[in-house]
Amino acid sequence: MIRLSIPMREALEKLSLPLLMAAAFGLMLAARIDGTLADRARMAFADALTPIYAAFTAPTERIRGVVTELRQLSDLRAENDRLRAENATLRRWQAVALALEAENANLKSVLHWIPSPEVPFVTARAVADAGGLYDRAVLVSLGPSVRVHAGEIALGAYGLVGRVTEAGGASARVLLITDLNSRIPVKFGQGGVRAILAGTNGPEPELQFWPAGTMPKEGEQVVTSGVAGVFPEGLPVGTVHYGRSGVPHVIPDAELARLGIVRLFDYQLQKVSPPRGAAGGSAALALEAGNGN
Amino acid sequence: MEIERTPGIRPRPTFWRQFDVLGRQSFPALGTLLGMLAIAAPLGLPGQAELLPGFALAAVFFWSVFRPAAMPPAVVFLLGLIADLLGFAPLGVRVLILLFTYGLALRWRRRLASQQFAMVWLVFVAVAAVAAGLEWAFDSALMFRALPAGPALFQFALTAGLYPPLAALLTRAHRSIAAWERA
Repeated sequence: MIRLSIPMREALEKLSLPLLMAAAFGLMLAARIDGTLADRARMAFADALTPIYAAFTAPTERIRGVVTELRQLSDLRAENDRLRAENATLRRWQAVALALEAENANLKSVLHWIPSPEVPFVTARAVADAGGLYDRAVLVSLGPSVRVHAGEIALGAYGLVGRVTEAGGASARVLLITDLNSRIPVKFGQGGVRAILAGTNGPEPELQFWPAGTMPKEGEQVVTSGVAGVFPEGLPVGTVHYGRSGVPHVIPDAELARLGIVRLFDYQLQKVSPPRGAAGGSAALALEAGNGN
Repeated sequence: MEIERTPGIRPRPTFWRQFDVLGRQSFPALGTLLGMLAIAAPLGLPGQAELLPGFALAAVFFWSVFRPAAMPPAVVFLLGLIADLLGFAPLGVRVLILLFTYGLALRWRRRLASQQFAMVWLVFVAVAAVAAGLEWAFDSALMFRALPAGPALFQFALTAGLYPPLAALLTRAHRSIAAWERA
């Protein structure tokens, strides 16, 4: 222990708070000037924590499973009836789908269609909510040998989840489509009317900028349009829904509130920079990336 | 001979006793850190993202008022940094807010420590309002646009509501686990 005189010690104690506050300001400025600095620090921290969180997800999922099982036991009969009815409908659709598939294959062979290449993907577990007050994002745990790049597309079981914005050694951060910084070129309806899906941080992102005279209708399917080359075309996003405000929202197909497993597809599209919300800059993500290259 | 500041009979400072004292002294900082890591875990609770800064604020405020020796400013700085990293918030904002809270709590602690609980809570609610406002203002400034005030209000309400149950828990800890004079 260093022995200091009492006035010296008192002076140091008085000075430490203003000094640390100045350091906090300096940190803010440094992170603002060099966005990658903060990103690297964050991903290093997230990488260190991911194994711990991954160990926790298994038991919590088991508990959740037991709870849902108990709940399901109570209405097993009703559920059975519902499933039987649904099965009958699906059988009918299966016949339609098979016929269409055969027709599609036939037409493609006639047209000498070039099949789109298989897209490599990895399946990973969403281990933590990596969002903050103004972000909606999840942290995905990756194996040590898996390499994921920023810009890869994350899909859930039913639809689009978001994009990888930062990738570390053992984890990657996926910005959800509900995030305030998320702007996704989409299309809806029969003619494939183009619009922009803008995140609001709420559970349902908004539709914006559709052409005049083509209002989105309730229940219409929304898919990605592939404009700007950040998202491939035709990924299912959700369905149009009008809330009380009269603004068309999209109910995401993916269960964004409780993401378990996501698939990260490497479409080899243009590189994207992480949203500048946390790190610096502003500008809409998709559009910004579209201007690059 | 050195004059003892508090004369009296005391147990010999064996290794285990020193270990005990050290453990008790570091409880507020370690407890807050572990709490923050637990809140950042994937529990799937609603409002988890807003809970993290609220918990950090409440814990730092409580310990700064009731046991400031165990919550030095350097520790507050580190806790704020970890809160920023965990919450993917702009670096430095929560550090500054926590240091600001620490400074206020330290300045008012003599008056606050002798007050009824309701009074302390009221002061904390005011601090939490200022903190939420500051976070909104800094985040907006760093992003170059006015962010919606809804999340900040929600965070303020959550933080204010979190304090009574947390303070009840921490008060018990303050008199038992963290009480190094009882080691």
